[in-house]
Parts: sequence; structure tokens; C-alpha cells
Amino acid sequence: MNYHWDWGVFFKSTGVGSEIYLNWFVTGLGWTIAVALAGWIIALALGSVLGVMRTLPGKALPAIASAYVELFRNVPLLVQLFVWYFLVPDLLPTPLEMWYKQGLSPMQSQFLAVVICLGLFTAARVCEQVRTGIEALPRGQRNAALAMGFSTGQTYRHVLLPQAFRIIIPPLTSEFLNIFKNSSVASLIGLMELLAQTRQTAEFSANFFEAFTMATVIYFVLNMSLMTFMGWVEKRLRIPGMMGGSK
Amino acid sequence: MALDFSQILPTLPSLIDGMTLTLKLLVMAVAGGVGLGTLLALARLSSNNMLAFAAKFYVNYFRSIPLLLVISWFYLAVPILLYWITGNLTPVGAFTSCLVAFVMFEAAYFSEIVRAGIQAIPKGQLNAAYALGMTYSQAMRLVILPQAFRKMTPLLLQQSIILFQDTSLVYAVGLMDFLNTARSKGDIVGLPHEFLLFAGAVYFVISFSASQVVKRLQKRLAV
Repeated sequence: MNYHWDWGVFFKSTGVGSEIYLNWFVTGLGWTIAVALAGWIIALALGSVLGVMRTLPGKALPAIASAYVELFRNVPLLVQLFVWYFLVPDLLPTPLEMWYKQGLSPMQSQFLAVVICLGLFTAARVCEQVRTGIEALPRGQRNAALAMGFSTGQTYRHVLLPQAFRIIIPPLTSEFLNIFKNSSVASLIGLMELLAQTRQTAEFSANFFEAFTMATVIYFVLNMSLMTFMGWVEKRLRIPGMMGGSK
Repeated sequence: MALDFSQILPTLPSLIDGMTLTLKLLVMAVAGGVGLGTLLALARLSSNNMLAFAAKFYVNYFRSIPLLLVISWFYLAVPILLYWITGNLTPVGAFTSCLVAFVMFEAAYFSEIVRAGIQAIPKGQLNAAYALGMTYSQAMRLVILPQAFRKMTPLLLQQSIILFQDTSLVYAVGLMDFLNTARSKGDIVGLPHEFLLFAGAVYFVISFSASQVVKRLQKRLAV
């Protein structure tokens, strides 16, 4: 049970091609960012639509959106990932199924499954934030828009959403950070993102303390940079005249 | 594709074993996480700057890394750490290392809830306790924390529901929790889709009903 510390391990050859271990971390980080950003685009688009649906008058549309949120929030992420990766392809029409299983490389099919899974999972959370943002606006905003002859669509596009999105930047930021962290489940279906590369380095080199320390540092720095970036975005978009805007 | 759920019934005993392990992990992780989280919150609010900084660092650290990373890491690290501390080889199962990972990780999240709960108590309560001659620890234990915990209960429960779903990540280290049992049984029987859907449905029913209860509790406790 002797542990051999070696912080130089990252510059050693992996024995696979001419790569050093550091290359693996860089590749892994690349996949993590790609998965998270692609998933975030889906989450933001779908989540906004669902969030708007939840605040619309009438019964059917709010009910559909709220059912979506309950479904995707109450099933573990890993179960959802297995459903998208193992189950859904078998339910597709035959040509699509053949394309997914044989037309795509394993990495492409894993990537597709993870992105859809994370996107739809996070959309449920984004939906709740968007709804909260819209509901936080004074009722007068909606009424004034309607009184001026705006249609419902115009009211949302020109009055409610531009304000709501700016209010919810802080909670959206934490969802944005979460999708990066959640993307680590991709390692469980074999996508070689940051965590999978870390585990592989730990197995190949036996220097697992160093490997996991490196991964931790990368996640930590990634998190801090994203937070700083979103803080800058928030400051730029702050609504003048609101409590947050007085700074 | 026709689904055949008839094979689930015969495997029910092992599925129940899996769920027992999931719930055992959940209860122990919540207890440990709230305990450690409370200590962290107190440290963060203490007047000792070093202590407050250390607690803040701990919380930010664990909140910026994925739970799955902590689980994978501790699975390898806990046996060696124990060896360094105790000096003799003790076989540590996946359950123990997962439990340590969950407690340490969730403590960061629980501590933020507890901190907010403590900060929501009016300062007069602490001053009144001091005026009665209580020490700091007495004031916290007998006056502040009991009130704070009553206010925080819904949030702590909500976090526990999230934790219940997150326990499925122990799949990464091969622990036979509910999801992993369902997956392996499904593979053995040759009906992986049915078992996966069944597992998802069970998680859904439990989480959904629990969150409905929490919602009702929240309304009842609302001032």
C-alpha cells in the first residue's frame, strides 16, 4: 500500500500513440465543453418556450409544460441518460435506428445521446426560472402592453421576456454551471470527457491522486471563469432603475 | 417493440434489496451531511476569520466539482487514506467510500441552507440568550438552531430528494443500489428496456410524491 507521488505524471507518455497524459485532459475538457454548450442551447431554447407556456392564459398549455417539468425533474439524470442511449434508439423507425447505430461512430452516438439528455433535463430547470422571472414582473407590465393593443405574442416579445431574462441571469448562471458538472455522467456511457479521461489516467498511471487533483483544478477554474463571465454579462444587461441596477 | 413487464415480479426481492441499499445510503448521507453541514455553517458564521475562510473554501470547492468526480475519487482514495491514518489495512467496501463521498459533498450544499436559516433568525434572539447568561454554544444549541431548523425543514427535504436521485450515481463504482440492480437484472433476464423503465417509474413516483409532501409542508410552515 505504498503510494508513489509523481506530479510529473502529466508529462509522461501514455503509451498510446505519442500522447502525454496532459493531452488526454485537454481532449476531455474539449468534450466536456462541447457537450455542455450544445446541451445548454437546447435547454435554453426549450426551457424558454416551456417557461412561457407555463404563464400563458388557458389550461392546456400550462398543464403540458408543468407535466414536462415534473417528469424531467423527478427521474434521476442517469436513468434519463440510459433511456436516451439504450432505449430510445430501439424505438426509432428502422432507417433512423440504422443511422444511429451504424451510420454514426460510437463517439458521435454517445455525444448525441448525452446532448439530448442534458438539454431536455436542464430545460425543465430553465423553464422554472423563466416562469419565475415572468411572474416576478409587476402585473401592470402585461396589462399595459395589452391596453396598448399588443397581441399576446408581442407582449411577450417586447415587454415581458426582455425584462424577465435579465432578472433571472443569476439563477440561470447556476444552471449553466450545473450543466458542465452534470455532463460528467457522459463518462458512464463511455464518452471520453474530462472525468472519463481522468479515470483512464488514474488506471493507466496508477497516480490517481494527481489525476483527480488535476481534474478538480480544471473543474474549479472552469467554474470560476464561467462565473466571472456571467457576472460581467449580468452587469452589462442590468435593468436601469431596479434595485440591482443602482450599483 | 412490445414491452413485457411480467418478468419484474420474480426479481422483486433483489430489487427490494437494491432499494434498501439506496435508502440506507440516503438516510446515512442526509444525517451525516446535515451534521457536517451545520458545523460548516457555524464555522462560516463564526467571528474567527480563519475558520470562516476555511469553511467558505470547503463549500465553494465542493460546489464547483461534479458529484460523480467525488464518488470516483473517493472510491480509490478512502482505502489509502484510512491506511495512512490508521496504519493497518482495513478493507473498505464501495458502500463506505460512497457514503463518505456523499456526506462530504452534500455537506457543502446543506451548509448553505443551514447558513441561510441561521441568518434568517432575528439578532434579538441571540442577544436575549446572552442576556440570560447563556454561552455561545448554549445559545446556538438551545435557541438559534432549533428555530432555524424548523424554518429550513422544507429546503433540507428538497435537497434530500435531489440526493435520493443522485444516489443512482453509485453505478459508477458498481455498488448494487436500486438502479444498478434493475439494470443487471434486466440484462440477465434479457429485458433491459422494461427494467429501466420500471426503475425510472419507481424513482419518479417516490420523488414526485415526496416533493408534493414538501410543497404542502412549505405552505403550512409559511408565515
